[in-house]
Amino acid sequence: MSQTVVFPGSAVSPHEDQAAPETRIRSYWQSVGYRLRHDKATVFFGTMVLLIVLSAVLAPWLAPFDPYKESIIGRLKPMGWRGHLLGTDELGRDMLSRLLYGGRVSLLMGIVPVIFATCAGGALGVIAGFMGGKVNTGIMRTMDVFYAFPSVLLAVAISGAMGGGMSNGMLALTLVFIPPMCRVAETATTQVRALDFIEAARATGAGTMTIVRHHVLGNVLGPVFIYASSLVSVSILLASGLSFLGLGVRPPTADWGLMLSTLRQSIYVVPVVCALPGVAIFITSICFNLVSDGLRQAMDVRM
Amino acid sequence: MSPLDMSPDLDPRDRGGEQQPLLIVRDLRRHFPIKGAGGRAVKAVDGVSFDVRKGEILGVVGESGCGKSTLARLLLHLIRPDAGELVFDGDQVDAPRGITVAALRRQAQMVFQDSYSSLNPRMPVRDSVAFGPFVQGEPKAKAREIARDMLAKVGLNPDQFGPRYPHELSGGQKQRVNVARALATNPRMVILDEPVSALDKSVEAQVLNLLRALKRQFNLTYVFISHDMNVVRYISDRVLVMYLGKIVELGPVDEIFSHPRHPYTRALLASRPSMDPARRMEEPPVTGDPPNPIDPPSGCRFRTRCAYSEPLCATSEPALSAMGGGHIAACHMLDPASGHSAAGAMS
Repeated sequence: MSQTVVFPGSAVSPHEDQAAPETRIRSYWQSVGYRLRHDKATVFFGTMVLLIVLSAVLAPWLAPFDPYKESIIGRLKPMGWRGHLLGTDELGRDMLSRLLYGGRVSLLMGIVPVIFATCAGGALGVIAGFMGGKVNTGIMRTMDVFYAFPSVLLAVAISGAMGGGMSNGMLALTLVFIPPMCRVAETATTQVRALDFIEAARATGAGTMTIVRHHVLGNVLGPVFIYASSLVSVSILLASGLSFLGLGVRPPTADWGLMLSTLRQSIYVVPVVCALPGVAIFITSICFNLVSDGLRQAMDVRM
Repeated sequence: MSPLDMSPDLDPRDRGGEQQPLLIVRDLRRHFPIKGAGGRAVKAVDGVSFDVRKGEILGVVGESGCGKSTLARLLLHLIRPDAGELVFDGDQVDAPRGITVAALRRQAQMVFQDSYSSLNPRMPVRDSVAFGPFVQGEPKAKAREIARDMLAKVGLNPDQFGPRYPHELSGGQKQRVNVARALATNPRMVILDEPVSALDKSVEAQVLNLLRALKRQFNLTYVFISHDMNVVRYISDRVLVMYLGKIVELGPVDEIFSHPRHPYTRALLASRPSMDPARRMEEPPVTGDPPNPIDPPSGCRFRTRCAYSEPLCATSEPALSAMGGGHIAACHMLDPASGHSAAGAMS
């Protein structure tokens, strides 16, 4: 220590750190946005997702026919028959219109349960992770009970017990997604809680709620958001599966899963038309999945 | 008058006067129970008593695992003590007629060893610094102003470094931010838990000098924890040596370094690398790891690694005995009445 120089009278010691290069400072979310914009695949599939959502929202204006108008003579017609671009279904209803309207239900069933599950599961996970100890054990072991069932089975069991219908289907899906969401939030919170800056915040006298709001949520949000975005496609698939089994949306409502179910008897009559709802489900869930992957990459900034 | 430019001699918060120690620690104890070990516990801090005088730098040294960091956290009640009491400037902490833990934390702050994990990675550093004043009731704008001021005081340009995130700063810069954060609430005492251990030597010297300058400027009292004897010698007024959760020696820095009394302190000093080839190690250096703090040795805890160990050391625990000049140490050899064959010879 003999070579150290003391700077008397001033707390400010001149040193080379001061000469750090002037760089533009981006916040975390700004840099995530930057990376997203420069990821061509994500931009492409993001646009696809946007188009799918828009087509669902604008269905009443985009649909060429009334999706519930039946026609005895125009049943199971191939694509292009009398202006029905994508043909007609087993009751003579226009497939394009029904696919557009069906997107509304499928997207709703895909997104709403994920939002609810994110709020409920995320909150439970943050509580479990931050409180630790007995609270953590109580919450996480309860979640493990739900984990023991395969998610499809659990969704079928819950909506089977409560009866069909769209809201019951959403509730079932929400309950299915809460445990994994809770686990993601709990893991992230537990990791953050062990870091010194939480202790430093406690040393300033901050209460638990203040610390959670200012120091925990910002660090947990990233992983939770990424996981939620990957759940959307799962939710769409599960919702379609429920409808296919007759546990979700009731006929005659247009829904991709339900359309797939009712058209399956006609698979040998107009195979291409019958496959269309499946194609819609496939494209939508793949687009959501790839966007979620892009998000994961963009947000995985090692800080 | 802003609390930041207060003159050192006129601290209105000083209650007991100069003679009243800023912090009195009495028989502080914390054991961490081990799950499934039948009530056994890691005796991290096991009955520690000392005073921190106003305006001094008290160095705390010891090997890894001797309870230094636990002690630091106990002093701020970041970990609850199992037993013992803290008296801050005459007021007992967390006692019916004393001051609350929150009141203690308004006057005492801490700087952590790991400069990276002690800053929120998702927060610009100026917000991290402003958080303390904000939590303690300053309006947002005022808290930001204090943060700017403090960043400048630790040698970081607030316009250039304030909006940055921790990963955009070097280790030394981050530790400066941590110091700014600790001082932003205008504490009287700062506990520094290995503040320079993770820094390389040149930056270490800068941060140590900064800490000294800030101490003068704000009339602070430091508890400076380190495992580096040289750093402690450079910065401390008094030194406290810990071994397995207990104090083995405490005294003025010059006394400790020129006349170490306890065999452990001697061994620690002897184990420092020497720059002088003519200066050979005379003391047997400490070898091996410290014993398990779950089952510390009976009697004197150092006896398993001590060159002077005798049967007596296993049966009776040496008490801290005073050797004048505020120098105390716990060893049977320092007590002529103990029955140790070398008793009295060392003193």
